[in-house]
Amino acid sequence: MVTLDSHIDDILNDVHDPEIPVLSIMDMGIVREVNEKDGVYHIKITPTYSGCPAMDTISDDIIAAFKQEGLEAKVKLVLSPAWSTDWITEKGRKALENYGIAAPLEASADKDALRGEKNKVKCTNCGSKDTRLVSQFGSTACKALFQCNDCHEPFDYFKCLK
Amino acid sequence: MDQKKLYDYLLLLGDNSMILGQRLGELCGHGPELETDIALTNISLDLFGQVRNYFQYAAEVIGGDKTEDDIAMLRYENEYRNALLVEQPNVNFAHVICRQFIFDCYHLPLLKQLCESKNETISAVAKKSVKEVEYHFDFSSTWVKRLGDGTEESHNKMQDALNELWRYSDELFRETESEKWAKEIGIGGDLEVLKKAFNEKTQAIFEEATLEIPQNEVQQYGAKNGRHSEFMGYILADFQYMQRAYPNMQW
Repeated sequence: MVTLDSHIDDILNDVHDPEIPVLSIMDMGIVREVNEKDGVYHIKITPTYSGCPAMDTISDDIIAAFKQEGLEAKVKLVLSPAWSTDWITEKGRKALENYGIAAPLEASADKDALRGEKNKVKCTNCGSKDTRLVSQFGSTACKALFQCNDCHEPFDYFKCLK
Repeated sequence: MDQKKLYDYLLLLGDNSMILGQRLGELCGHGPELETDIALTNISLDLFGQVRNYFQYAAEVIGGDKTEDDIAMLRYENEYRNALLVEQPNVNFAHVICRQFIFDCYHLPLLKQLCESKNETISAVAKKSVKEVEYHFDFSSTWVKRLGDGTEESHNKMQDALNELWRYSDELFRETESEKWAKEIGIGGDLEVLKKAFNEKTQAIFEEATLEIPQNEVQQYGAKNGRHSEFMGYILADFQYMQRAYPNMQW
């Protein structure tokens, strides 16, 4: 997490992941550094997955959001240290769950769940833990697909990445 | 540092992921079932993401006005440095899985070594990629076991795929000049060590899958030095079509 003056913080909190619109990029933990130099804001962001197609859009959105406030921003993509799901904020995890995406489990529980062990991931619809893995890979690189055995609702699970 | 040699090494790392990514991308909408279709295209997307990281850096290294897209799209066939294995066609699902599994057994330990690379960018890309490739390995090894130790039909298809593809495995470990150079200055992987890890992993999992590794197979080499199989031209015809037909086009 970076600490920022509240105006800049507000701007960045208003930029959202285009694939998971309930999450701001601050909640995602992908903003790694913000520096101001000669009136230009230099922002470093890191991708969740190497091939994440949202990164270009996010960069453009940041620049546009600053421009709207009459500020200039430059965005740079950094790879190291690699992003981890631990960087998703508590607020972000809650927003994910409310949106219907189960938040990532701890690493070892995550491995078990993705190898097909049952009763690990909680259904985002009815809260039952009687769920099963449908596919290790879901609608985006960061998610897997699960289904609830109680309410039968399919739902996404945000994979743990450490 | 010798920029040209570094550039060559980055091509080798990137081309394997790119050509395999392209092969997997061909399956988009054609997977045997929805979940595997999505899985294979997700893996393809990870690989292309990794390639972008390698090629953005390669463009910086070589200087001039070359971009990542030029490097990816505008080389001639004999300038691609990927191994023969990754250009082999998607004959059926068993072939797709077998090719993926053999590649993952090479790719995963390679990335683990590259995490320790003295080159900061290579190490950063590897640390990012290794987390993704662990999922690829999970996926491919699970399917190898499921098909190999499945029905008679799935076992036979898996064994056929292994018989066909094993001859392309050793090339991954035959050191080229750029790999030798990268190893010696501490930025690249050590193929001898990798080969041991590869042999142990493949033997254990093929055994569990009740599959037999072909013995005394004549191994095929050449693509890493630009001598590709007949399939490569067709892949590039698809892959490069838009850039060749409409030079400098952008999305």
